[in-house]
Amino acid sequence: MTATPASVEALLEAVDDDGAVAFDGFRVERAADGYALETPDEEWTGLAADDLADALEPLSDYVTNWRYWQRSVSGEGTARRAFLRWCERAPLEVETDRKTTADETTDEPVATHPSIDAPLSVPERYDALRDGLDREWGQLCLTARLVDDADDDPVGERVYDLWHVDDADSDLADLEVYDDPRDAREIATYDEDGRYRPLKTAPTLPSGWAFTGLSGGELVETVEFFYPATVANWHRELQGTLDVDHWTETAERQTGIYDVLDELPREGVEWMAEACCVDSQCLRRREWEFDEDDELDVDGGDGPFPCREPCSLVVAAARKWTILESEQERTYELELTASEYNQLAALIDAVAEGRTDEIREADVNDGANRYRARYLRAKRFDEEGNLEARRVDD
Amino acid sequence: MQALVIAAHGSHLNPDASDPTYAHADTVRETGAFDEVREAFWKEEPHFREVIRTLESDEVFVVPLFISEGYFTEQVIPRELRLEEWDPEKWDSDGTSASQVTLEAEDVGKTIHYCGPVGTHDAMTDVIVQRAESVTEDPDVGEVSASGDAEARRSISDGGFGLTVVGHGTERNENSAKAIEYHTERIRETDRFDEAKALFMDEEPEVDDVTDYFDTDDVVVVPLFIADGYHTQEDIPEDMGLTEDYRLGWDVPSEVDGHRIWYAGAVGTEGLMADVILERAADAGADIGDAVESVREATGLEAGAEPEPNAEPGD
Repeated sequence: MTATPASVEALLEAVDDDGAVAFDGFRVERAADGYALETPDEEWTGLAADDLADALEPLSDYVTNWRYWQRSVSGEGTARRAFLRWCERAPLEVETDRKTTADETTDEPVATHPSIDAPLSVPERYDALRDGLDREWGQLCLTARLVDDADDDPVGERVYDLWHVDDADSDLADLEVYDDPRDAREIATYDEDGRYRPLKTAPTLPSGWAFTGLSGGELVETVEFFYPATVANWHRELQGTLDVDHWTETAERQTGIYDVLDELPREGVEWMAEACCVDSQCLRRREWEFDEDDELDVDGGDGPFPCREPCSLVVAAARKWTILESEQERTYELELTASEYNQLAALIDAVAEGRTDEIREADVNDGANRYRARYLRAKRFDEEGNLEARRVDD
Repeated sequence: MQALVIAAHGSHLNPDASDPTYAHADTVRETGAFDEVREAFWKEEPHFREVIRTLESDEVFVVPLFISEGYFTEQVIPRELRLEEWDPEKWDSDGTSASQVTLEAEDVGKTIHYCGPVGTHDAMTDVIVQRAESVTEDPDVGEVSASGDAEARRSISDGGFGLTVVGHGTERNENSAKAIEYHTERIRETDRFDEAKALFMDEEPEVDDVTDYFDTDDVVVVPLFIADGYHTQEDIPEDMGLTEDYRLGWDVPSEVDGHRIWYAGAVGTEGLMADVILERAADAGADIGDAVESVREATGLEAGAEPEPNAEPGD
């Protein structure tokens, strides 16, 4: 007997209770002339109870698949379930509020979402799950796999492993192994250099750790500690119910010290999005625009999870820029050689790209080299430590 | 299913600001009283704005990890949670008596029990006293004759202990001072400490002059703050004269003007805070079984726990 009595028993009980069980292309029904059994490849009708058990024997993948999803995971309609389905490329059972462009005669929902690729059938998934099926979520690599079956007793339970994408080829023995989702909070707090990461979706997650043998619920919990609310918002986006708050709505909602935000000029919002909300700075894909009918020119990025409104870091930075942008522009006159002028640009660029640490100590050809900067300061700063210049517009 | 959301400030600059929130959330998780427990923040993630959608529960208890009724509890949190029909009047509070109000969150269609801040709950008085016990390592601090610790008895036998609860002061919000005075009065009524006094950072009576307000040799100073940061780890210790420079640290107790000052640091870091969070949710109708008892047991005074002053700047 290949299928465990327990899975089959549970299935037969469900068929007796509900008259039929249909799941992932597998269907068992109790009819007047006996049981009917159907997979995408085969069909039986008029089976007696014993015959049904025999027929189910080679179909244990379907039976345990039903049991895992309907009994172990359950939570129909939840983001958790959809995410776990996505992890093993199972067809997503997403109900959409708006019509998708997918052919409605097919059962393939939300085929247009960038995170979705062709779903796998149950046998294909089981083949893949035996080796481990990998997915990427930001800088996380998630692996879904079948629990090693004890005593040739296939139960079809899945477990999940999770590590940094950079560690996908690392030996587990070289990684710090965890099994409590809460440990993710500490890992996500600091970058490789030990600096605080106030933005959880910054592409600066350190590597060198692994979570192994997580249950489905624990996997989602862990992912949510690394990237809070990304699963819920991804799920909403799949359903077509992502509630985007554009810049103007967010700015106007603010009070207290952030009350000034709606005074940031439109072009300032544009520069801000270019500074903060691009793939190199944040893994979220910006879905908010200046206004519902007024898109920003900057590309929103290609992240797997949507950004539905300006985050608290953007709000805090925008306050600073709002105050700075309220200043009047002036004209200054200052003496610089052509190379010094270019050096100013090189310095700004090096800081903006976060590459000051990479500039070699003795690489005096780089305008952002520390000695070059110190030389420029020695030459062009006055005694008060300011860049020597004259204001010429008053 | 029922969920608990602990709503805290968090920080963009200081990685430790959220530590107490995580610690108390974990204590509540251990009780199993809620199907789901989430931390949520104004300056960290998940943000107030997006926390409710991460829950599967239909019934959600939101407890603000804030000291007083004011800008954050009355404006920011309800707005960001999208609590329909919220109005501070619904708390029907005199400034320290907000318990809860039941509302809908419009983006998720869930029932939200929006609770008053932890800082004004009666159970907070116990946390302040427990903080005093922690910092003196004496579970009977103040109760001179009751102390089982001979050493503690000797050190305090010459006049008992005074206790001061220190607050920020009014600044934008008069309720801030009310919460400080409320707990001070409750502690005074127990007669456990020889003297109990509310002091403030930016108004009279000021914490700078702490020794002027006490006759007792020993004074426990408990700042009513949620997290340790700039105020509790830099300002107050320097203002009281515990140290010239916060970076050098200070002794507990420290000698100041002939008094021994037992500086406790932020009360919000005390393990028993989890109890206040649970009580807030229970007052709002959460079914928490015997979680309060188990938390009180789990977060009881740990003998020998050395309070270490750290000096993390906050924002």
